[in-house]
Amino acid sequence: MEYFLELFLGGLTRGSIYALIALGYTMVYGIIQLINFAHGEIYMIGAFTALIFASVFSILGWPVAAIFIIATLAAVVYSSAYGYTIEKIAYKPLRNAPRLSPLISAIGMSLFLQNYVLLAQTSDFLPFPQLIPDFEFMEPISHIFSSAELAIVSTTIIVMLLLTFFIKFTNMGKAMRATAQDKTMALLIGINVDRVISVTFIIGSALAALGGVLIANHIGQVNFYIGFIAGIKAFTAAVLGGIGSIPGAVLGALILGWTESFATGYISSDYEDVFAFALLVLILIFRPAGLLGRSETKKV
Amino acid sequence: MRKILSVIALSAVMTVASVANAETIKIGVAGAHSGDLASYGIPSAKAAEIYANEVNAAGGLLGKQIELIKADDVCKPEIAVNSAHKLVTDKVIFVLGHICSGATKAALGTYTEAGIPVMSPSATNPGLTKSGDYPNFFRTIAPDDAQAKLAVDFTIDKLSAKKIAVIHDKGDYGKGFAEFAKMFIEDGKKAEVVLFEGVTPGAVDYTAVVQKIKRSKADAVIFGGYHPEASKIITAMKKKKVKAAFVSDDGVKDDTFIKVAGEYAEGGYATGPKDNSMNPLNKQAIANHKAAYNEDPGAFYIEAYSAMVAITEAIKAAGSTDYDKVTAALRSNWVDTPIGKIKFDERGDAIGAGFAVYQVQNGQYVEVK
Repeated sequence: MEYFLELFLGGLTRGSIYALIALGYTMVYGIIQLINFAHGEIYMIGAFTALIFASVFSILGWPVAAIFIIATLAAVVYSSAYGYTIEKIAYKPLRNAPRLSPLISAIGMSLFLQNYVLLAQTSDFLPFPQLIPDFEFMEPISHIFSSAELAIVSTTIIVMLLLTFFIKFTNMGKAMRATAQDKTMALLIGINVDRVISVTFIIGSALAALGGVLIANHIGQVNFYIGFIAGIKAFTAAVLGGIGSIPGAVLGALILGWTESFATGYISSDYEDVFAFALLVLILIFRPAGLLGRSETKKV
Repeated sequence: MRKILSVIALSAVMTVASVANAETIKIGVAGAHSGDLASYGIPSAKAAEIYANEVNAAGGLLGKQIELIKADDVCKPEIAVNSAHKLVTDKVIFVLGHICSGATKAALGTYTEAGIPVMSPSATNPGLTKSGDYPNFFRTIAPDDAQAKLAVDFTIDKLSAKKIAVIHDKGDYGKGFAEFAKMFIEDGKKAEVVLFEGVTPGAVDYTAVVQKIKRSKADAVIFGGYHPEASKIITAMKKKKVKAAFVSDDGVKDDTFIKVAGEYAEGGYATGPKDNSMNPLNKQAIANHKAAYNEDPGAFYIEAYSAMVAITEAIKAAGSTDYDKVTAALRSNWVDTPIGKIKFDERGDAIGAGFAVYQVQNGQYVEVK
């Protein structure tokens, strides 16, 4: 039973990270029907920015809590700026192009950012300082769940709540929903669609950066390539839950996290990816739109 | 006109060769001397040259001068076979090389038929010696399975582990190491393998695998792979309070491992090549290279230099260049070389050359005696 609980919590942590990244995929897709393959790199850039800021401020001898807040804020701001710029450079000029063009542009952007960080920083694995102090819970919980993991899970929950509130009750949220439903109509009733799209990219990037900082703190290392696999997994989670749907992305991410965790725990970690992607194939066969996705009816 | 010239040139070469034949001992030097893997082959060729010049200056071998005959195989098996035929035709009595395991294996058949002993400074593939197909093959570098054996012996004898979890990164090197480790543990019957699994390099975290290690109640973890995964696993193990010892390979015996895992790396073990830098012969060999080329030697220079020492000493001890006598001398006489005091076992692996176990202590790898 304890083992089950351990795997459950491990899967929950992993799923929460996927969720933070998957939200960006799903929001962007919901608004402009684009799969932003450069999103994983935004997550990586977030982790790198936090590392750079944390290194600078720990040289200055600031307290860990302050460093954590500054590094996280810096990562969020910096990644948002990247997300905003990527959209302006790589996707906006292609907005009316055939759907394949922005997709290819996204893959190009992803490779560009990976290589840019590789050249500007290093190909080495870099140690990431422990910014969330590893305080001890009571026995036996301390064996199962750590403060870093608790931070990951609770951040995801808070972010989910804030995001839901934002989309349901603010004007920008309404504008986003309207744009997602019908871009032309939204334009006609006076919504600044460009601004809505920019905000979407900024929010998505900020969430990915949060995920990047939290996971780097959790596993203690950073490398220019970490965005690739995390991006693929988060994209899978978004598709699993129904791409375009926000609760769907979170559900998909958690299911993916648990699948991987239990497959590793009860079968073998050799098959971790096999089960994750077999699950994806099964869902796509039986529910092509994903778990919570709506199947679109196209007007002919 | 050109044809006539080349005929003259050819006959000139042949005359020189036949004159030289009577007075020299020919040693072949085979390996990648050009192409993208030349950086592995050229240091060996230089080592051969430097050592041969030294021996020649001191009066030669059995009263004769050593003549080196180079053959470039570009580390390609198909070219290696041609190189081997060339060296056999040139009547070399010993071959230093080849460099890459694949090329070595391809060329060995030819040498075996011709009865020429071969010594490689760099081919680590276990099958070259373990298969028993090549009685004429020797090497001055430890094979890949030797460090798995060392890691297993260390884990069982020194750490008294009864239950061992074997983890790898699914790659050729890591999985190969892990499979050898598993085999040695099972054959030894002193401990059992409680877990044998591969992790996915680059996965977001390894918590689930670590939980599984904990559940298996392993006393020790043997990991085959490189330092990025190793540092993530050891970090997760320490954070989850898994007490098992962590033993790994020379892909992890790298300072980056300590840098990345930081305090969590403390106490972790890794096998790596023995540290010979304090050996006076080693210092001498490097100084010779510096004198000749004014730069530090490259990969496998020391191993190739040691091979040249072993070859010449064996010929001296045998008092002839006869195949049986020379190979018998290699197997029975201990020789001081830059990699330590070595002789060869019946399969051709150097006894005495090899790996040592290191432990991370205060942020540094320290050899465990």
